[in-house]
Amino acid sequence: MNFPILSSLILLPLLGALFIFFSKSKSNTNLTSKYLALFVSFSNFILSLYLWYLFDPSTSEFQFLEEQSWIKGFVNYKVGIDGISILFIILTTFITPLCVVSVNNTIKNRLKDFLVAILVMESLMIGVFCSLDLVVFYLFFEGGLIPMFLIIGIWGGERRVYSAFKFFLYTLLGSVLMLVAIISIYWVTGTTDVTYLYSLGIDEKYQYLLWLAFFSSFAVKTPMWPVHTWLPDAHVEAPTAGSVLLAAILLKMAGYGFIRFSIGLFPIASEYFIPLIYILSLVAIIYTSYVALMQEDMKKLIAYSSVAHMGFVTLGIFTFTQQGLEGSIYQMISHGLVSAALFLSVGVIYDRMHTRLISNYGGLVSIMPKYSIVLMVFTLGAIGLPGTSGFVGEFLILIGTFQKSFLVAAIASIGVILSAAYMLWLYKRVIFGAIQKNEIRKMDDLNKSEIFVLSSLVFPIILFGFYPEPLLSTTEVSIENLIDMYKSNLKPNLIKN
Amino acid sequence: MEFEYLIIFLPLIGSIISGFFGKILGSRNSEILTSLFVSISTIISFIIFYKVFNEDYTNNLDIVTWISSGTFNVNWSIKIDALSSVMLVVVTLVSSIVHIYSIGYMSHDPHKQRFMSYLSLFTFSMLMLVTSDNFLQLFFGWEGVGLCSYFLIGFWFKKESANAAAIKAFVVNRVGDFGFALGIFLIFYLFGTVNYNEVFELVPLTLDKYFSFLGLNINAIDLICILLFIGAMGKSAQLFLHTWLPDAMEGPTPVSALIHAATMVTAGVFLVVRCSPIYEYSPFVLNVITIIGMSTAFFAATVALAQDDIKKIIAYSTCSQLGYMFFAAGVGAYNVAMFHLFTHAFFKALLFLGSGSVIHSFKDEQNIKLMGGVWKKLPYTWILMIIGTLALTGFPFLSGFYSKDAIIEFAYLRGNTTGYFAAGIGIFTALLTSIYSWRLIFKTFHGNYNNKKLNISDMHESPMVMIIPLIILAIGAIFCGFLFKDLFIGIESSNSFWKNSIFFLEPLSRNHPPLWFILITPILVILSIPVAYYIFIKNTKITNDIVNGNLPLYNFLKNKWYFDELYEYLFVNPSKKIGLYFWKKIDLRFIDRFGPDGVSSLIKSISLLAVKFQNGFIYHYAFIMLLGFSALLTFLILK
Repeated sequence: MNFPILSSLILLPLLGALFIFFSKSKSNTNLTSKYLALFVSFSNFILSLYLWYLFDPSTSEFQFLEEQSWIKGFVNYKVGIDGISILFIILTTFITPLCVVSVNNTIKNRLKDFLVAILVMESLMIGVFCSLDLVVFYLFFEGGLIPMFLIIGIWGGERRVYSAFKFFLYTLLGSVLMLVAIISIYWVTGTTDVTYLYSLGIDEKYQYLLWLAFFSSFAVKTPMWPVHTWLPDAHVEAPTAGSVLLAAILLKMAGYGFIRFSIGLFPIASEYFIPLIYILSLVAIIYTSYVALMQEDMKKLIAYSSVAHMGFVTLGIFTFTQQGLEGSIYQMISHGLVSAALFLSVGVIYDRMHTRLISNYGGLVSIMPKYSIVLMVFTLGAIGLPGTSGFVGEFLILIGTFQKSFLVAAIASIGVILSAAYMLWLYKRVIFGAIQKNEIRKMDDLNKSEIFVLSSLVFPIILFGFYPEPLLSTTEVSIENLIDMYKSNLKPNLIKN
Repeated sequence: MEFEYLIIFLPLIGSIISGFFGKILGSRNSEILTSLFVSISTIISFIIFYKVFNEDYTNNLDIVTWISSGTFNVNWSIKIDALSSVMLVVVTLVSSIVHIYSIGYMSHDPHKQRFMSYLSLFTFSMLMLVTSDNFLQLFFGWEGVGLCSYFLIGFWFKKESANAAAIKAFVVNRVGDFGFALGIFLIFYLFGTVNYNEVFELVPLTLDKYFSFLGLNINAIDLICILLFIGAMGKSAQLFLHTWLPDAMEGPTPVSALIHAATMVTAGVFLVVRCSPIYEYSPFVLNVITIIGMSTAFFAATVALAQDDIKKIIAYSTCSQLGYMFFAAGVGAYNVAMFHLFTHAFFKALLFLGSGSVIHSFKDEQNIKLMGGVWKKLPYTWILMIIGTLALTGFPFLSGFYSKDAIIEFAYLRGNTTGYFAAGIGIFTALLTSIYSWRLIFKTFHGNYNNKKLNISDMHESPMVMIIPLIILAIGAIFCGFLFKDLFIGIESSNSFWKNSIFFLEPLSRNHPPLWFILITPILVILSIPVAYYIFIKNTKITNDIVNGNLPLYNFLKNKWYFDELYEYLFVNPSKKIGLYFWKKIDLRFIDRFGPDGVSSLIKSISLLAVKFQNGFIYHYAFIMLLGFSALLTFLILK
């Protein structure tokens, strides 16, 4: 057996977390823990790039497979990746070190524990994206809740307890149903191995309920309308690094889940529920855009815009077209970068002014010119201007959607007008105008670590806007295969159990 | 290394250097560098233009793949043909002139590097737009110029009105882009490609495809044409989507000349002309374009009559002239539309830059009622503005004469009702154009000096770095109509020059309208000069009487037909209300109340109920145990 690169990716942050956790707690070790966390997460990023280098994009087979018997005859620890999952892993390993760097200013107490939570989170997220067994997936998927719950509950703002519980309540509700569904899949088919289930197929009569059970979990995590109200609260209360992880990675688990499990395992039900998904996605796009327009809190505004952007993702996935699916993955990666960047940017001025209210700012451009430039790039990314990564995803999704329905594509495109309105208005109120408050004059422009963090996000947002080929060619074959599999499964020659 | 790369990427390089290293370079070096790069671009553009009409040169370079997903493939590209070579010349020439002029105009501004960087970035985006060989790169340039326009309108970021105008421009344009994007989706859906040549080849084979939308059956080609035209209306400020253009005058004047007169706003016209192989198959949409075009021409001219802001008058004039270009395209005279675009770039940029010179001299005063009588103080500006005005109004043998009259003639020759109607409106609008233009000249330069803040002796002419660019434009405004009329709109032009770049389903009419018809417009235009002088300078009582006698009409025009108020009422305020309603009522009052908060309060009340049983009295527990035990017993017995 070759070097178990996927398990290493999963375990490395966990080991780092253990090491930090058990190191003696002294005030001066905070810095060492930070460097250690940075070292671990950065090594993981390099390792994941190496994985990408080794990855063969010309096949849709799962690669780097590892299998270990865990509970005999029931659960195997099985991991492997294809073109759909690899980009999410790289996104995770890329965002985590940036979070570690950014904690500098935000986290004042129990920094060590915070770093542990971030690293554990990274492990679990990578686990989600490469597990090929339903039970293992479930464990990673739900495990991710715990560090996030702690991050919000311990290091959050004033209403952190309310937000943490809301977050927990919502996500748990969906997950319980998914657990029941996984158990019933085992009853029906006798296995929880995803690749085996792909070839086996699941009887049509079970698909609808199972699909709904998975859907209830994924819909909450996406989040889709109307189960989205936990997100703005969670974001507002979470510390910057928490918001970043939440927006950039946690939300992507659901989109990934839809592609890997809902379409892969329940194609007939997926086809059947298209209208439901389209309606909820359109409502998410239009409704939350309007809500975002009127927000007074920057983080809430970005949180609502996330819901709208994820509406595009769910729309694209359920077009079952090459453009729609590739666009959705692209949109998720892009949103991961852009939303992370926006939350980090809000964090930058929050650290200085300790307020997130838009009305407390104004005129920053003359005080913080560098900040204004990077924020402009991120704003444009969120608007989806051509030349930023946001455009490619949105455009491909809409092209895919159009092949299904003119009307749906037309309504979704209205979201493009609204996003320009709320993002530019936000930018204007924060950055332009005359300076209203004296405190603003005392603000410093970006320091070195902030420049490092933000510019490492500017770079990929622009690069992948002009040259998306590296990402698109990675996903292409796997998506083609997924669509073929989906189409052949729609035909009635299912293997009955 | 192909020449074409230099044209497009030099402005980009200039922009990056000036934007990121401007502090190190210093403002003067940044100005020189960006101007130099754009000027080199201009020279190469002229060489290419010369090669195109002299040697039939064409080229189509693929730079690199942009997006490739399944059957959707798009490259970054540079396409050179007659149409794009004309646009190259217009864009780079006006851009380089504006770059140089800005050195003088922005001399007191602390952010010169940023300004030059935006100008160059704009030039790059515009060049990407015109040299694209597919709809997606066109869209990239389209959004890119929109973005630069946003930056430049809001350049004076401390002004609240400038910020509002910038956002308005972007968002209104997005409404147009919404149509444009849907058009691109439909093109890909129908033809499986977004490459011009491939699409245009397939159009004649796809004429009888229908598309049902909300129960209506629409011809697919018609639908594409309408959707693309909605995009064009946004960018070219046509009626209903025009409201952003006058507000865009908040930006520095060189920006107005470059973006909001000569180049960006003509992108919509360019789009329609570029898509002539599609539009030719949709007579219905061509009629729509004619009607929208002439309505805009008329509407904007009437509004311009009642404005007092020098830049707003010229802005409405631009809007009106763009209307002319559209109705030229609508009657199938695409080459005439391009010709008017070409000549308009010169005289309108001249007028804007001239007005900039006036504003500069009046220390940022823009109201023409507070000017007057300064023609001796600003002699060059005065003469140059008069040349621009003559060219705009279509005074015989200046450039506007050849292009605008040709539009009216071709509308007449179209021979259908819309054509005659458009020709009539065209003539009347030409008269209005002449009146408001001369009003501007007379109020600004003649009559009494009306400015109380500045002493007339302090007035002085702008520096040479601003005047020389104007002279170049004036030369163009005088001669380019005469020089290029055969090339652009001559009888053989479609074969000898335009070739494949413009498609005519049926060759344009070679007839001439009757002589009396040809003579109407020039006569009206010439006659209007003394009339305007009389009513605006000699006997202002007449104008006052007209205004006071028709106050409602005057206010209607002065307030731009109340479009802004209408949109505020129809779109802006409801959007805010909807947003608040969704947020406060549905999210908070409904979803949260019955969702998570409801669940948690339910659990709380249930547990409060359960707590009541644990009261510590042993006989309560015993009683409940007894109840349970008997229930179990009953169950077992009955079973």
